[in-house]
Amino acid sequence: MAKRSFTDPQITLQHGAGGEATRQLVEGLFAPAFANDTLAAMEDAAALNADGLRLAFTTDTFVVHPRNFPGGCLGSLAVHGTLNDLAVSGADPIGLSAAFVLEAGLDTSELRAQTEAMAEAARKAGVPIVTGDTKVVEHGSVDGLYINTSGVGVIRPSADLGPNRVRPGDAVLVSGPIGDHGVTILISRGEIELEADLKTDSRSVLPLTSALLDQLGSGVRWMRDATRGGVATVLNELVGGRPFGVVLEEQEIPVRDPVRGCCELLGLDPLHVANEGQFVAIVAGDRADEAIRALRNVEGGSDARIIGVVTDEHPARVVGRTSFGAKRVIDVLVGDPLPRIC
Amino acid sequence: MKFMDEYRDGETVHRLSREISQLADQNRTYRIMEICGGHTHSIFRFGLSQILPGNIELIHGPGCPVCVLPMGRMDEGLAMAERDGLIFTAFGDMMRVPGTTGTPLDAKARGADIRMVYSPLDALETARRNLDRPVLFFAIGFETTAPSTAVTLMKAKELGVTNFFVFCNHVLVNPAIRALLESDDMRLDAFIGPGHVSTVIGCKPYEFIAEEFQRPLVVSGFEPVDILQSIVMILRQMNAGVAKIENQYGRAVSWDGNTAARKALDRVFETRSTFMWRGLGGIPNSAYAIREEFAEFDAEKQIGVRGRSFPDPALAQCGEVLKGVKKPVECSLFGTVCKPENPVGALMVSSEGACAAQYRYSDATTVLRK
Repeated sequence: MAKRSFTDPQITLQHGAGGEATRQLVEGLFAPAFANDTLAAMEDAAALNADGLRLAFTTDTFVVHPRNFPGGCLGSLAVHGTLNDLAVSGADPIGLSAAFVLEAGLDTSELRAQTEAMAEAARKAGVPIVTGDTKVVEHGSVDGLYINTSGVGVIRPSADLGPNRVRPGDAVLVSGPIGDHGVTILISRGEIELEADLKTDSRSVLPLTSALLDQLGSGVRWMRDATRGGVATVLNELVGGRPFGVVLEEQEIPVRDPVRGCCELLGLDPLHVANEGQFVAIVAGDRADEAIRALRNVEGGSDARIIGVVTDEHPARVVGRTSFGAKRVIDVLVGDPLPRIC
Repeated sequence: MKFMDEYRDGETVHRLSREISQLADQNRTYRIMEICGGHTHSIFRFGLSQILPGNIELIHGPGCPVCVLPMGRMDEGLAMAERDGLIFTAFGDMMRVPGTTGTPLDAKARGADIRMVYSPLDALETARRNLDRPVLFFAIGFETTAPSTAVTLMKAKELGVTNFFVFCNHVLVNPAIRALLESDDMRLDAFIGPGHVSTVIGCKPYEFIAEEFQRPLVVSGFEPVDILQSIVMILRQMNAGVAKIENQYGRAVSWDGNTAARKALDRVFETRSTFMWRGLGGIPNSAYAIREEFAEFDAEKQIGVRGRSFPDPALAQCGEVLKGVKKPVECSLFGTVCKPENPVGALMVSSEGACAAQYRYSDATTVLRK
C-alpha cells in the first residue's frame, strides 16, 4: 500500500475510529516522524531485543463511553486490552502500568470502582500492575476518566509470528462470536431504543493464545485481537500490500443472534464491529483442526471456528463467500460505523 | 433468525437462479433497474449479479436519498449548523455527506454541535431538553422517512415547541422514475420497485409506469430470495409481452399502502414545483415542502437559506450511471479520484449509492481490474 503524507487539515472523530482514516493518520504523520525498524513492523506490540531476550512492549489508551456497560467497565477493558496486545504477540506478560487522566469533579467512588476492576482483571490474569501516573485536569476538558495502560512481556521462544510467515493454504480462525462488544456499547449509550441480551466480550485472551502456541508452536503464523474496526479491518491490515489475500466463508463466521439482529436493523456489518475478547489467528492449513481442538479445550474457547483460508488468487484483498457461492470484497471501515436510515 | 434465514437460504437461491436462467431468452438483454438504494446494497452485499445470466443487467437507480441530495442543500444545512448555539441533528448516513465546505463530521470537528439521531422524534426531544437553543433537524429521505417527519411536526405543534426547526429535503420516488422514463437515452426494460417506500404509498401510484410507458414493475423485499423472485416475476411478464405492477413484498406492502401515514404527509407537506437532484438535475414536483400551517417550524423560512446551488462535478458521470447508460466502473473517476472516503459524485456518497456499493462489495475481479 502506498504510504501517503497526511494532509487532512483537521482531526475528526473518524481519525480515532480504527478504520481507514486512522491508518492514514498513523502511516502519514506518526510513522514518518518516529521512523525506526522496530516501529516499521507496525504490530500491536513492538518486539524489542534485550541482550538476547525478546520482549514485547505495547501501550493503549481507553476512553470508552459509557464507562460501565453489561459485562465490563473502562477499568477491566484497560487491563484486558493491553494484555491482549501482548498475548497476540506471542508474549507472556510480566508487568503493566496504569496512568490516569482524571477530570476535576469525578466521584471518588467511581474512581475506586474502576481501579478495583483493573486490579481484579490483572489478578485474574496473574500479571501485576507495577507502575503508574496520575494527572487531574480542569472540569470540562476531558470526559470524566481516561486510562492508559502499557505492558511488557517476554516473547515465547517457540513463537514465530508475523505477516511474512503467512502463506496460501493457511487457515484463518476466530476465537469466538464476533461483534458482542461493539453492539453492547452502542446499545449502552442509550441513543437507540433497542434491548438485547448481550454483554461485552472483554476478557484476557491469554489462556487461548497460550494454548494455541503450546499446541502448534510455529504452526501459528500470525495473531491479532480484532478490536476497533473489527475482523474485517485486522484482516485487511494483514493482506494490505502482500502477495496473498483471504477468503472468508460467511456462514462459518460465528455471530450471536442479538448481534446479527442489531446489525441488520442498523445496517452494520458484524465484521466491522469491535471486539475486546476475540482474536483472529492464521495457522498452518494442515494443523487447523488441531488448533480448533486446542482452543476448545480451554475455558472460553468452545466457539472458536475456522472461518476462511489464505489464498494467492486475489492478493491484498479480503473476500467473503456467501452461502450460495457469490463473492464480495470485504473492505476496511471508513470512520465510525454509522447506522443507515432506511 | 426468523424472517431472515429463510430468505437467504442457499438452496432456494439456487433454485430461483436456475429458474431465471430458464426464463431468460438468450437472444436479448434485460435491463432491470432497482430503484431503491436498499436493493442496491443487498445486490452487492450478497453478490446477486454473479448468479444471474449475463444477459440480465441490473441497473442501480436513484433511490438513495443521501446520494441525490445536491451539495448546495448540504451547504445550507451546515451554514445553519455553524450558527451560534444551534444544535444540528441528522441521521447517521448524513454525517459523511460532503458539502463544498466539508461534511457534518468536519463541522463537528470545528466545534459545531452536531448530533446523530435515529428518529426526528429524538430531535424534537433534544429541542424540549434544550429550550434556550434552536434545534434543527436535517430531514432527508423518500416517502419512507417523510411520515415520521410529518408526525414529529404535528407533535411539535401540539406541544407548542418554539425552538424546533426542520430543514425539509424529502423527495418523491415517482417523479424521479418519470424523469428517467422520459429521458432520451433511457434504456430500461423493467423495474424492481422500492420496498419501504411502498409500505407507505402502496402499489397503485406506480400504475403510470405500466400504462404510459409499458414497463413492468415488481415491488420487492430486500433479501436475496425476494429480489430473485421479483426478477422471476418480471421475466414472466416480459416473456408474455405484458407490463403490470405486481407485489412480491406482500408480507410488508399492501396495494393501498398505509393510509394513516399518507394522511400525515398530506396534512404537513405540499409538493415543490421543482427540486434539484444530484446527478439528475431539476425534476418537477419531485420533493416536499412544509405547508404554511407548519411554517413556524420550517427552517427555510425561519432560519433562512440562501438558495445557493452548485453544479455536479463536471467529470462525474452520475447521471449516465443512473439512467443505465454507463456502469459505475465505466466512469473515469470511479475508484481512482472518487472513492467512498472522498466522494466526488453523488453515487459514491452513501453505502446505498450504486458506485459506493460497487466499490465496496463488488466481486473481486471487477475491483482488481481497476
